[in-house]
Amino acid sequence: MSAATGSNRVIERDLVVIGGGPAGLAAAIAAREAGGDVLLIERDRILGGILNQCIHDGFGLHRFGEALSGPEYAGRFISRLRELDVPVMQNTIVLGLSRDRRLLVSRLGELQEIRARAVILAMGCRERTRGALSIPGHRPSGVYTAGAAQNFVNMENIMPGSRICILGSGDIGLIMARRMTLEGAKVEAVFELLPWSSGLPRNIRQCLVDYGIPLFLSTTVVDIVGMGRLEGVRVAQVDEQRRPVEGTERFVPCDTLLLSVGLIPENELAREAGISLSPITGGALVDADCMTDVPGIFSCGNALHVHDLVDRVSEEAERAGRAAAAYVSGALPKADAPVAVRPGAGVRYVMPDHVSVPKVISGPEKITLAFRVTEPRRDGVVRLTTDDGVVLKEEKHPRLHPAEMVWASLDLSQFEEMKRSGKTLEVSAS
Amino acid sequence: MTEKTIESIKGEFVCVVCPNGCFIEAEYTTEGGAKLLSLAGNRCERGRDWVRQELETPMRTIATSIPVRDGDFLLASVRTAAPIPLERVADVMREIRARTLDAPLSIGQVVIKNPAGTNTEIVVTREVARR
Repeated sequence: MSAATGSNRVIERDLVVIGGGPAGLAAAIAAREAGGDVLLIERDRILGGILNQCIHDGFGLHRFGEALSGPEYAGRFISRLRELDVPVMQNTIVLGLSRDRRLLVSRLGELQEIRARAVILAMGCRERTRGALSIPGHRPSGVYTAGAAQNFVNMENIMPGSRICILGSGDIGLIMARRMTLEGAKVEAVFELLPWSSGLPRNIRQCLVDYGIPLFLSTTVVDIVGMGRLEGVRVAQVDEQRRPVEGTERFVPCDTLLLSVGLIPENELAREAGISLSPITGGALVDADCMTDVPGIFSCGNALHVHDLVDRVSEEAERAGRAAAAYVSGALPKADAPVAVRPGAGVRYVMPDHVSVPKVISGPEKITLAFRVTEPRRDGVVRLTTDDGVVLKEEKHPRLHPAEMVWASLDLSQFEEMKRSGKTLEVSAS
Repeated sequence: MTEKTIESIKGEFVCVVCPNGCFIEAEYTTEGGAKLLSLAGNRCERGRDWVRQELETPMRTIATSIPVRDGDFLLASVRTAAPIPLERVADVMREIRARTLDAPLSIGQVVIKNPAGTNTEIVVTREVARR
């Protein structure tokens, strides 16, 4: 890599964290607290990532027991990072990552090579765009992703429009429906392709119901109309195969369409380094220490799988940070034949993909599992079973919803037992 | 003498106190002021308080931003320090939108006291340094 780029400065570091959002901050802090030498690299001029534009409250309820705004939540971690004197390179983008953990970085146009003994990928995620949905129609101005609109309104003091439609009921779209309403815009409606909302129930309540904004389920935008500026969208109901139903089409005038149709983990660097990615989450396949299949490279936060709560991102990233520090110091044992973890009926994916045993890094002797169900259920049951049908754990959930990540844990000793008997773990919901 | 039966109403509430977002089924009456008869589905006591509050006066927090002069950000994000009645949100927003602030600003700094008479404060939620 260095020969090709002609960079003349090579820096050596124990651990490099890529990304200074909630995951990167928590990972860097945890690694530093574990005694490691850490460098944090951030593309933006400021730390905090997406939290900077998430000015609504509700962050930190699990972790701090109070409802903070995004900037406040980030601020707590940034203060801690400064207390620990963790070096940070801001305005710096990582352009390349190799399997042997050499990073090519650009800072204000100056190229550098960094050689790291361990790397944590914490690049977050991106929004799906109109292109990813293939909505037919004109290509006027006025079509934005919800996160882009959030940036305009909350960071740049620009209102993208005054009469708004929102496609997709993801949380960012719901939050923006309320935000645009508070700023004086008229939000006509939110349209959701699925028969259920993809946002948290509390956001349906406090962002839509409170402001009288209708949510139309099993409905999608089938045409975007407008030359120059958006003039409106044509919407239609969809059937069970998600095909528009004839005769249900109607035209909704609007000057702005916001898309809140899903997030995709940002993994260009992981791909370049040859890390195996999950086709379901778009993130790396990792073990319970958040280590990818390339030794010494870890992944956490929304780059690993898209979360709904930042508190959980911090928790997961701390695990990655501690494990990466242990890897650098040689305390993380090399794993042979891990215990596989698989989604069963009613479950879309489970994190981690596998659990390496033995596991000697300090911390509770419990393995945390995170997963998402495929469809909403009331009075649901989550089962952790071995592949030959032995139930290890059964938990009742009054409500299970694809928009809400579910968490469970198993004792490390149970994985040791599964390893001895050559079994795999299955997580299912019914 | 006629016996008066009090009609009970069943309703579903989504608690927004925490990300659990419990669906709470409640039975209540509205005669002579709202009164909670029974509820199910809340995972903690805060859910009971939430439903009671929703029946009396729904309360919400709001977050928005205020333009800043001479700051390293164009806007300072702000929020209510405590919930305000939902029906007063528009009034509070009107008062906030009339304001401009001067850098520097720090997290927790009070920029409006008692907005629209709602007995709370508007506090800054982002550090804004002087440009």
